[in-house]
Amino acid sequence: MTLLSVSDLRVSLGGKPVLHGLSFVLREGEFVGLIGPNGAGKSTLLRASLGLLPSEGAVTIAGRPSTAISARQRALHVAYLPQEREIGWPVSVETLVSLGRTARKRGFAGLDATDRARIGEAMARMEITDFRRRAASELSGGEKARVLIARALAQDAPLLLADEPTAGLDPAHQIALMSLFSELAAEGRGVVASLHDLGLAARWCSRLILVDRGVIVADGAPKDVLTAERLRTVYGIDAHLGETEDGGMLVVPLDVVRR
Amino acid sequence: MIGASRYRIVLALLSAVTAALFVLSLVTGPAGIGFSDALASLYSGGDQGAGLIMREIRLPRAILGLMIGITLGLSGAALQGYLRNPLAEPGLLGISASASLGAVIAIYTGFSAVFPLGLPLAALAGSVVAVLVVQAMAGARGGALTVILAGVAVSSFAAAMTSLALNLSPNPFAALEIMFWMLGSLTDRSMTHVWLAGPFMVLGWAMLAALGRPLDALTLGEDAAASMGVNLRLVQFLAVFGAAASVGAATAVAGAIGFIGLVAPHLLRPLVGSLPSRLLPASALGGACLLLSADILTRIIAPDKDLKIGVLTAIIGAPFFVWLVYRMRRKLL
Repeated sequence: MTLLSVSDLRVSLGGKPVLHGLSFVLREGEFVGLIGPNGAGKSTLLRASLGLLPSEGAVTIAGRPSTAISARQRALHVAYLPQEREIGWPVSVETLVSLGRTARKRGFAGLDATDRARIGEAMARMEITDFRRRAASELSGGEKARVLIARALAQDAPLLLADEPTAGLDPAHQIALMSLFSELAAEGRGVVASLHDLGLAARWCSRLILVDRGVIVADGAPKDVLTAERLRTVYGIDAHLGETEDGGMLVVPLDVVRR
Repeated sequence: MIGASRYRIVLALLSAVTAALFVLSLVTGPAGIGFSDALASLYSGGDQGAGLIMREIRLPRAILGLMIGITLGLSGAALQGYLRNPLAEPGLLGISASASLGAVIAIYTGFSAVFPLGLPLAALAGSVVAVLVVQAMAGARGGALTVILAGVAVSSFAAAMTSLALNLSPNPFAALEIMFWMLGSLTDRSMTHVWLAGPFMVLGWAMLAALGRPLDALTLGEDAAASMGVNLRLVQFLAVFGAAASVGAATAVAGAIGFIGLVAPHLLRPLVGSLPSRLLPASALGGACLLLSADILTRIIAPDKDLKIGVLTAIIGAPFFVWLVYRMRRKLL
């Protein structure tokens, strides 16, 4: 089934066009890495797909036009992890993760057994159960990031859009997160994560969308998208492209291209 | 959720203290009526002496103290949660300043002398104008920051116009009346004031109380909250108009009473685990406790001087503010 369909998406920020007509379709079971240089429009693409920015073009979420569904219904289909790691008040980690259940609760209703189970799973997956009683605002950057990812997981939506989820994580947690995302995809969900680490993107994503200056330059399997020529023209870098022992793709950026 | 039982204990304690202070407010006053006599004469229906004082003077004063305290505490907590700014308070949206301006215009033009309810009505009109201007400036998609800036602008303008009225006041008595009114007071209010302001305050409370879950989600920022199913336009409408209706009505009958809306949420936030939805009822009760205590204090400290309640809350509130800034600075370092 199609989880998200974007066609001819155009966005202008402050009168300046940022996205020039992007189209792609995301199906169940896909783990898409959204890559591109700084300022390419990755975050704008994620936010506009959710309807958080005024845009032109059509966005369909779970088969329905995004303009026709309420914020609450949308939250049942798509979870979103913003790039800014904002935690306004020193609430406990467990409370913060439980906010992921917001869209499923009406009025003053409390958490039921299903809610608790999802919250517990999300905390266990992000390895934050040990400090669930601590104030979330007092954690280290990487711990905060894991808590916020757990919040998005607790939302239990079929599609997850994550803006630079690996930023600030140590290598072990970066790999654990990428592996978790591909597990989610294997369960039949969809994940779109904007990434700067091309090595991680190449190794774990089932599909890469390369964005540059507001247009999609390439869209496909990692080995088709990440060619030496593209890395040179889009990123301005030379990279070593190879293969790992288990047949995975290896990308190691080496140097900036002298122009 | 965690600490649900502790949260219930906090609310129960606050309710008990509020109720006790309400009774204490009823039995405190220059008439020197005994405790049991005072409460008995409230129901006896007698037309003379104690019964008259209790029903016509002390009851409206205590009710207004309770309702205005709830208004200030609740709107302070709601605005801090909505704007995610610990320094937000009801005055920030320009509501208090504009309501004051409306009242000042009523006093200045003599409208309040001709028509007794002219003053509160003009104050309400002032707050309505302020909130419409803030909402228009912030726009439907306006974020928290635009609301703050619009509120500051409206506040400054209303304060300037109030100064102008004082400056040009033709007779010193009007100027003095304006000054005294702006200090805030619950003295000599009648049940008419309760009936005038009450419905607006209750309407405002209902709008602000609906903000609990959205404010919790806003802890993670506006984008995250929107993605979690929060309708940001509706939240902005409820926060701005709810605060305006309740604080505008409160200011209309009691003048500008500062600091309670700022202090109450801060005092109670640690006790409710910082969760905005839990802070709303706690801060409402806390605001009522603070205002009722302050009003009782004005009657005990200087029974014959008519000490203004706004002066007292500012004297206690300003040092608290200093301490708050100091503590925040220490946290940032």
